[in-house]
Amino acid sequence: MNHREETYNYTVVRQFAIATVVWGVVGMAVGVLIAAQLLWPELNFGVPWLSYGRLRPLHTNAVIFAFGGSALFATSYYVVQRTCHARLFSDALAAFTFWGWQAVIVAAAVTLPLGYTQGKEYAELEWPIDLLIALVWVAYAIVFFGTIFKRKVPHIYVANWFFGAFILTVAILHIVNSAAIPATLWKSYSVYAGAQDAMVQWWYGHNAVGFFLTAGFLGMMYYFVPKQAGRPVYSYPLSVVHFWALIFTYMWAGPHHLHYTALPDWAQSLGMIFSLMLLAPSWGGMINGIMTLSGAWHKLRTDPILKFLIVSLSFYGMSTFEGPMMSIKTVNALSHYTDWTIGHVHSGALGWVGLVSMGSLYFLIPRLYGRTEMASVRAINLHFWVATIGIVLYIAAMWIAGVMQGLMWRAVGADGTLTYSFVESVKATYPFYAIRLVGGLLYLAGILIMAWNVWKTVAGARPVEARIPAPAYA
Amino acid sequence: MESLIVLVPLSVALVLLTGWIFWRALAGGQFDDLERPGTDVLSDDR
Repeated sequence: MNHREETYNYTVVRQFAIATVVWGVVGMAVGVLIAAQLLWPELNFGVPWLSYGRLRPLHTNAVIFAFGGSALFATSYYVVQRTCHARLFSDALAAFTFWGWQAVIVAAAVTLPLGYTQGKEYAELEWPIDLLIALVWVAYAIVFFGTIFKRKVPHIYVANWFFGAFILTVAILHIVNSAAIPATLWKSYSVYAGAQDAMVQWWYGHNAVGFFLTAGFLGMMYYFVPKQAGRPVYSYPLSVVHFWALIFTYMWAGPHHLHYTALPDWAQSLGMIFSLMLLAPSWGGMINGIMTLSGAWHKLRTDPILKFLIVSLSFYGMSTFEGPMMSIKTVNALSHYTDWTIGHVHSGALGWVGLVSMGSLYFLIPRLYGRTEMASVRAINLHFWVATIGIVLYIAAMWIAGVMQGLMWRAVGADGTLTYSFVESVKATYPFYAIRLVGGLLYLAGILIMAWNVWKTVAGARPVEARIPAPAYA
Repeated sequence: MESLIVLVPLSVALVLLTGWIFWRALAGGQFDDLERPGTDVLSDDR
């Protein structure tokens, strides 16, 4: 007991770190497949399980919840232990979160291709899986907050505030949005109906972006950027303001997903105003992260992990500027339902969430296996360039395609009839789908390089039992 | 929009909860020293 209490629980961190890479490869490969299906519909192979409509939710669930989720579990468990100078609250519950979360992922990978879905974007999984998610999440909260309570230092580091807000809010979002009445084992009906259901769904959907894909990864950023740069965060007070401003203002941005729908007009305007306000805390955090390097910019030339982290912050800044702009109703009238939205999402997902996770893992994995760095630093550099070029190709193609689609759909002739039929806009998009596929392939190649590098680093290395150092002051 | 009967009170409750946690943290001295925590994190692996 006492010996265990003197060391950190790295086992669960290692498990989630490796799972992140594995699910990253799987989720991104499915993404590449469905991108190819948009070019060559024959790739459905006439098999319902491989059709675009079923694989698309599999792709989003795999990259958000399997890849992103595992990265968040791994880094939050690592950061909370190290900054609190305490072992995780419960080894058994932590192990349950790992195996429970993997069970959720496998269940998703089976049920989604079979066509079992609640039809709610990013909340497709049917009710038995939803219940398991809720159980895992409660265990996660107990482990995380339990560790905060047994901390050996009085201060709670800012990264833990972000992770804590992410865990609490996702629990509430998941429970409210997934409320459903089961009809059979694999079919249920939402307790909300019609426009109500849409409102709840996008209240969930956008807050999932805000708390799962933003707050959680900001927690990662506030620990791994200072650690890798070897410098304290640019302004610690700003990080505290960033946190509270983001938390207080995030909740009502969701209605911007429902502009010009049956949702009441005032709710749409409210969503737009809150989305615009979010620009301030988002950019505060972005500047805080990037400026951490001030006075040490030369490190960017030689350190590929810092390149990952700093470029991820640049994409965070770009997409948190683009998002509020797209939430303006007049801009949204052009952008909504076009591939611009897909471009925006991927600038956030590939650029921000993906790169910050990969950078953090490149810092983390060697330390979990008693090494000072990855097996090949050159491979990290190669991964960085391949991934970055992939992202740029992807989002530039989708921007052009999206604006073009929006303009074609709204073009009318002198007599008021539509200039283009829908299929003409699809045909015009074809070359951009090809460029997007190339971008996606490059990004997938990047994570394959990472998987090889992780394998070389981990194979034969001895898992570390790190002792908990005495805090600098208590 | 009956769904707002759920969402609005829930959001208000969350803001109040957030405010309460903020107040507790403030009174508990979490934000008294905003220099040292930034540098302490760099030495947590010694």
